[in-house]
Amino acid sequence: MANELPFEQPLSELRAKIDELKKFGTEKKIDFTDEIARLEERYTRLEEEIYSDIKVHQKIQIVKTPGRPTTLDYISTVFTEFVELHGDRLFGDDLAIVGGLAKLNGMPVTVIGHQKGKDTKDNIARNFGMPHPEGFRKALRLMQQADKFRRPIITFIDVPGAYPGAAAEERGQSEAIARNLREMAGFGVPVICLVIGEGGSGGALALGVGNRVLMLEHSIYSVISPEGAASILFKDSTKAPLAAEAMKITAQDIKELGLIDDIVPEPRGGAHRNLEQQAEAIRSCLWKHLQELLPLTKEELREDRYHKFRSFGKFALYQPV
Amino acid sequence: MLKDLFQKKRKYATIPSEKTKREIPEGLMNKCGKCGQIQFSKELEKNLKVCSSCGHHFMLNPYERIQMTLDDGRIFEYDSEMISENPLEFPGYEDKLVKMMEKTGLKEAIVTGEGTIGGFPVVFGVMSFEFFGGSMGGVVGEKIVRAIETAIQKKYPLVLFSTSGGARMQESLLALMQMAKTSAALSRFHEKGGLYISVLTDPTYGGVSASFATLGDLILAEPGANIGFAGKRVIEQTIRQKLPENFQTSEFNLQHGHIDMVVHRKDMRSMLTKLIDMHTVKGGVANG
Repeated sequence: MANELPFEQPLSELRAKIDELKKFGTEKKIDFTDEIARLEERYTRLEEEIYSDIKVHQKIQIVKTPGRPTTLDYISTVFTEFVELHGDRLFGDDLAIVGGLAKLNGMPVTVIGHQKGKDTKDNIARNFGMPHPEGFRKALRLMQQADKFRRPIITFIDVPGAYPGAAAEERGQSEAIARNLREMAGFGVPVICLVIGEGGSGGALALGVGNRVLMLEHSIYSVISPEGAASILFKDSTKAPLAAEAMKITAQDIKELGLIDDIVPEPRGGAHRNLEQQAEAIRSCLWKHLQELLPLTKEELREDRYHKFRSFGKFALYQPV
Repeated sequence: MLKDLFQKKRKYATIPSEKTKREIPEGLMNKCGKCGQIQFSKELEKNLKVCSSCGHHFMLNPYERIQMTLDDGRIFEYDSEMISENPLEFPGYEDKLVKMMEKTGLKEAIVTGEGTIGGFPVVFGVMSFEFFGGSMGGVVGEKIVRAIETAIQKKYPLVLFSTSGGARMQESLLALMQMAKTSAALSRFHEKGGLYISVLTDPTYGGVSASFATLGDLILAEPGANIGFAGKRVIEQTIRQKLPENFQTSEFNLQHGHIDMVVHRKDMRSMLTKLIDMHTVKGGVANG
């Protein structure tokens, strides 16, 4: 199996055995039909077992696999006529975020997303998908443009986190993220955000204040990386799986918490197994939600977004015992 | 093993340095965390908890801040009974919350309410670093949003003193969403023309600095406060370089254009009064 992940190993081992037996049977002209059928049956069962209950640490493997489709992969398959726009008009053009104009089922939209590299060279150019302030400011500029020209905004979230570097601090990483949060809240056009891989903390949220927030089936969204949480909470970064479990970062857990609106199913084994199928599922889900939002007025869209985020968070009243 | 042969053996004993030996029992005296100067607690308090020798601003708890900032040290507190839940059933979270309450006498990492500064009514909020590292969870977010909504309704200026390590991990994504929630409320306040003065105190980081704390119309900071998005240690590990001593200080932030001014604690009240006065039109504060 190509792009095999560690948790998929039992499957490929079994597949190899079946192939071997088939080959052996053909060579020696022995009939193994029954044995093969039994093994195939076992394979199907094992496949069901493995894929029906993918654990959080396995999902982390899926979203971090190098073949996982990125924003640009979805832009070229979900949309048509993409025109990329560059630069924040203040400092530079951060390649860790891409954005521009495109058509979704013929309708012009603004599409923006975090962009990880395809190979080492690309990853270096794109800083492994970790934006500097100019990336967030480019995104803001494109969103403000969309607001002006009354185009819906669609964002793809896939970021380990905003870049923790000296230059990023000098140029105001905090302010860049904060401003996006405030401005996104105020747009008078539909905003739909989709987490396609890693939703890493503030850097993810900076593209994440939407009327609809959606997640791909195996994507994750968290306040801090599992490694970071483990090293702070348990003083041991190898306890990352434990931290990941406790933080409830899967699309399914987050849906249960009521923080997202919809989960877009992935092809069996993850989006990288079938990009076309994934793109189709994304397009139809985006379209469905966009149809619900398009009739709303500017004011209604803002109210909708405000009340959505206003309702997040739990608290209680102190009861003296 | 071969490499054992080359391992340096420590052939000396470690003697506690002069500095650590000068540890003084709590209460009577206080040692400056920056220069090591020892001073009488009473003297220090008279000096607004600023070191008489190096000018280091000691951390304040919310009530000390209220005492120093609001007229007569009086606040009409909002939502004082609001406490955190454990929405994710995060292991150990409840116990830690109880410990924090016992340690600080507070119920959460922020106190909000209203009072007056130089006679001007304000909605006021002050965070506590002592309580859970000033981390923002559901209660901090909700209290801030309610304070903003009250400021909109009453047309009062909003003054927030921030200090925080970031979002509260134990509330995971619910905590992250508080960044969007508080910023959305500020979007409304901003639109209505409300005045928001954000004061950054030592330290202010992460989810708090990347949301409401850096969205002030005016941003002030106490001298020498550490303010940034990512912590210094994380940055040093990322870029594998030692950072300059003044990195992320208030003065560094001023130099890079992130804040309006650095204000000494003794001048804070008069500066806030002056700023609010300058935003007052025809007897009322600009808002709405």
